[in-house]
Amino acid sequence: MKKQLPMFLVFLCGMIMIVQFVVPHEYSQTLFQHSQDFVIVIGVLALPIGIYSLMKSTVTKARREPKERLYSLITIIGFAVMIIAGLKRDWFTSSTSLSSNLFNYILVPAQATLFSMLAFYIASAAYRAFRARTALAAVLLITAFVVMLRLIPMPEPLSTWNAEFVRWILEVPNMAAKRAILIGVGLGAVTYSIKLLLGIERAYMGGD
Amino acid sequence: MGETSWVDLFWTTVAALITLAIFSFLYKDNPAFKFVERLWVGITTGYWTMLLYHTSFTDKVVTPIFRQGQWWYIIPSILGILMWFRLSKKYGFLARYSLAFYIGISTGVFIPLTIKASILYQLHGSIRAIEPTWSGLMFVVAFLCMICSLSYFFFSKEHKGLLGVTSRIGIFTLMIGFGTGFGLTVMGRVALLGHRVSFLHDWVQQVVGTVF
Repeated sequence: MKKQLPMFLVFLCGMIMIVQFVVPHEYSQTLFQHSQDFVIVIGVLALPIGIYSLMKSTVTKARREPKERLYSLITIIGFAVMIIAGLKRDWFTSSTSLSSNLFNYILVPAQATLFSMLAFYIASAAYRAFRARTALAAVLLITAFVVMLRLIPMPEPLSTWNAEFVRWILEVPNMAAKRAILIGVGLGAVTYSIKLLLGIERAYMGGD
Repeated sequence: MGETSWVDLFWTTVAALITLAIFSFLYKDNPAFKFVERLWVGITTGYWTMLLYHTSFTDKVVTPIFRQGQWWYIIPSILGILMWFRLSKKYGFLARYSLAFYIGISTGVFIPLTIKASILYQLHGSIRAIEPTWSGLMFVVAFLCMICSLSYFFFSKEHKGLLGVTSRIGIFTLMIGFGTGFGLTVMGRVALLGHRVSFLHDWVQQVVGTVF
């Protein structure tokens, strides 16, 4: 019963939602809205588990490695400060509050800088990976090069030619590739979802 | 110099120091980078916690149950609390009931939407009447390239003969797609890099203008 009942619930809930999708009735829409809310509520109440895990791993690391103590403390202080700064909705949403300043002047620049730094790592990784050893690697390399040229200033008529060529790449082979990937991923995801509904895939249940 | 300007300068300096600390990783891993990395983890977790607290917990649990009398929201709340038993070895199985609801509803919503958006709409967008124009010809080329790309993922038959040819064309098409994605990603990152460098330049000017 510890596994059979949850598997049955997965099947039942899944089938109800699939049937709901093809029934254009007011009740069906209400059911959809409430079920979406239910999923959000279950998800948000699971959040303490994530916080607990983060704090546990932070404290464990601090205990094991004395050099890490300061950094672990910084994580905990950062977390606590943000929680206190955003306790009230007004504090959290105001554009001049501490929580907004922490977001705008710490989170945003940190994220933007981390992503911008990837420019260096992508370039070095690309140098190692894309050396035109095969025809396929050469195609990838040339396409990337042409697309990158599109975004930098060039003299005429090179700029117009390049713009036209990149437009063709984006609208014909690139679109074909993206569509094929999307259809492939869609088919794979639907197959996996059906396996979940039918109880063939049960990794989410854990052990025992 | 007014108080606001000093406050602005303080926060801009914090942002600049964080930017420099992260860039310092380009040389090697160092305490300044580690400091900012851990601070970022803590503040991000706190930010998302409070965002979900206000937008999901308050709006979907507290308000419906206690202010609007929608008692049935107690059911997902209990299911959500059951998730906490995931941490217990003895009662861990209770979390499966919550997961079952969560996965069942999510999967049931996901299947028809994915079939519609990722498969049917894409096929619908790929097929239309052939026109005797350059655009019509390119549409046919795009359609054939898509079929060839899909044939590359067809593993039920050995890639020989016609399937070998189509899958070969398909992989070339996919490589062009990956190259495009790569080029656009790199340029996006370079644009971000330019923005950060420009921000540092503005910060230096602000410091010089404020202090001297």
